[in-house]
Amino acid sequence: MAELWFWLLALVLAVYAVLDGFDFGVGILHFLIGKTAAERATLLRSIGPVWDGNEVWLIAGGGTLLAAFPLLYATAFSGFYLPLTIVLWLLLFRALGIELRHQLQNPLWHQAWDVAFSASSGLLALFLGAALGNLVRGLPLDARGQFFEPLWTDFLVGEQTGILDWYTFLVGVTASSALTLHGALWSTLKLDGELAERARRWAARLWPPVVALVVLTTLASSAVQPQLRDNLSRYPLGLLLPLLALAGLASARLFLSNRPKWAFLGSCAFVSGLVLSAAYAIFPHALPARIPGRELSLVSAASRPETLQAMLWWWLPGMLLSASYSYAIYSRMPKTFSVNDPDQH
Amino acid sequence: MDSLGLHRFQFAFTITYHYLFPQLTMGLALVIVVLKLLGLRKRDGDYDVAARFWTKVLGVGFVMGVVTGIPMEFQFGTNWSRFSQLTGSVIGQTLAMEGVFAFFLESSVLYLVLFQEQRLGPKLHLLASVALWAGTWLSGFFVVCTNAFMQHPVGFERDAAGVLHLESFSALLLNPWALVQYSHTMVGATITGAFVVAATAAFYLLQGRDVGVSRKMLSVAIVIGTLASFAAAFPTGDLQAKLVHEHKPVAFAAMEGHFHTENGAALTLIGQPNVDRLHIDNPVRIPRLLSFLTHQRWHAEIKGLTEFPRDTWPDNIPLLYYSYHVMAGLGSLFIGLMALSSLLLWRGKLHQRRGVLWLLMLAFPLPFIANTAGWFTAELGRQPWIVYGVLRTRDGSSAHVSEGSALFSLLGFMGLYALLSLLFFLLMMRLLERGLVAKEHA
Repeated sequence: MAELWFWLLALVLAVYAVLDGFDFGVGILHFLIGKTAAERATLLRSIGPVWDGNEVWLIAGGGTLLAAFPLLYATAFSGFYLPLTIVLWLLLFRALGIELRHQLQNPLWHQAWDVAFSASSGLLALFLGAALGNLVRGLPLDARGQFFEPLWTDFLVGEQTGILDWYTFLVGVTASSALTLHGALWSTLKLDGELAERARRWAARLWPPVVALVVLTTLASSAVQPQLRDNLSRYPLGLLLPLLALAGLASARLFLSNRPKWAFLGSCAFVSGLVLSAAYAIFPHALPARIPGRELSLVSAASRPETLQAMLWWWLPGMLLSASYSYAIYSRMPKTFSVNDPDQH
Repeated sequence: MDSLGLHRFQFAFTITYHYLFPQLTMGLALVIVVLKLLGLRKRDGDYDVAARFWTKVLGVGFVMGVVTGIPMEFQFGTNWSRFSQLTGSVIGQTLAMEGVFAFFLESSVLYLVLFQEQRLGPKLHLLASVALWAGTWLSGFFVVCTNAFMQHPVGFERDAAGVLHLESFSALLLNPWALVQYSHTMVGATITGAFVVAATAAFYLLQGRDVGVSRKMLSVAIVIGTLASFAAAFPTGDLQAKLVHEHKPVAFAAMEGHFHTENGAALTLIGQPNVDRLHIDNPVRIPRLLSFLTHQRWHAEIKGLTEFPRDTWPDNIPLLYYSYHVMAGLGSLFIGLMALSSLLLWRGKLHQRRGVLWLLMLAFPLPFIANTAGWFTAELGRQPWIVYGVLRTRDGSSAHVSEGSALFSLLGFMGLYALLSLLFFLLMMRLLERGLVAKEHA
């Protein structure tokens, strides 16, 4: 049961990364695709209706994590106190950037929120990627199974790690480049004319470095977390997850020039494959540890099996229902956005 | 302040600030449904104009609620990790349900309500507004349900290690405390919505601007506000007080400033609690009324604080006492003001009475204060427990988060929320200045 919930939560996180991921990517490319204030307004309109619904996946995932794995939630959130606090502030600025920009017609107001939106998107992608890197690398759990990580220590992957070391920084950079590519493909699909063309050029330009970073991160991960290789022999089926990511990444490039929808779907597979691969590297622990033997196991982190079982009865139908009507509603949004649209939402 | 104090202060600060917005949006969501219903039934476009204006306000309030709400869920883990670990199996259920059942609904339907009125047509758009109202109130239910478990834990069992396990979903969701607390809280939010709408209508009427729409808006707000103001006292407030008296007599005694057990206890209207000397300084009292209100008998016994062990006393008795009295005092004021306005409205004279319109316009901050004071009463009355009678607050915080870290985050939130207040104020001023019947901005 605990294992089932682990994978359900990994799936929620993957969907979150796919959905809010393109918002982040659009944010990172905000000034690169949107050269003028009007173009940036168009970019924002392409995510305006959905970003809030996308973020709900994070909130629903958080609540579910608390209910299914109370000890994991408690240990990880308090141990990541500083970066999570900063993430909360960045989320706040990003939301304000998206929602407040269009409220006043003043160039300085627009510029300020454009910068807030773009910078917070980039930093969020970096921080969330680094957080995932922390989980894969393992945490400095003490004998009582607790930890508190400073933002950085000596940037080495030793016993007393910080949030940022060379490995987690690498994962953060990889995650933000992957999401930038993802956002470029969303923009290729959702914008038209010159904007779509610019987005497509960015996607083409970003693709080779993303491939290089993914390869580099994979090599680094297997060096930093030896459990990865054990998992390959113990659960060979899990190899499908990184393959999913690779296939997605390949099709994103393959369909870039003539089928933007397929390219975007490929990128969705790529992003979710990355997150699920990270989960595969962590499994079967809830939290891997820097010092072997101190790992937090899934079963000890989880609620009782009876509770987990009972939760399934409302959670699964609830999620399916919510996800389907949200999709039905959001599919009413315009197919493409143009700078020439009459300026309305 | 030690780190426990900082954790408590940060949660209190962020939740108090956060709840300024949901009480507004939950109240407005109901007012908007009523306005749209009237617009459809009376075939009167003025109501739709008013509904559109309030939808814009709700949109901004909703954003503020979202950005200040996300930190609430995170803080359970960051600042209250031992509480999360020990009770997550139970309280995580209702928090997760809020995400799964309410947040998806709110965020997707808000898009329809804000941007799809033209395409949906009046009936479907009304339906979307009803769904938005349902979503916001459902969200409120799950949050109150979580809090009600902390106030009056039911449907759980505790193992040898002190970890709480869920025994019964239905007991958790149908917690009698939750049902009473929910109705009282929603009535409170409705009062906020009604007063804000009434204040805005009065603001325009006093200037002679958008008079047609404002009059209709004012009537709707006064009717809703009157009903809600009465309902806040009776039955919901009365039921809530009786529940507190029955299950937390020590908190009840502290709220009322009642130190010594008495038959025929007086109701203290005003006075300063003196915890060192165990009495009220300079009291103004109504004899025997507390006994009567609680038991419907003039001579019934009410237990005083001294009856209970000191380590179960709420740890801030003066603030608890004042919060309760501020809430109850303002609640009485709302009944008076709304009853007067209703009477004038019924006689068709409200719109000429500039004095009353001025009162209504200036009264809009008061429901925010009353709702806040009500929550202070609930939360301070729960102390010294984080889960009443089960887990003490001091055993719930994150033990290994240092004072410096807690202070850092607290100061950061205070600064950011000060900025949020300025932005919200600026945007509200813009909306008000533009007027009710303003054209959509380009």
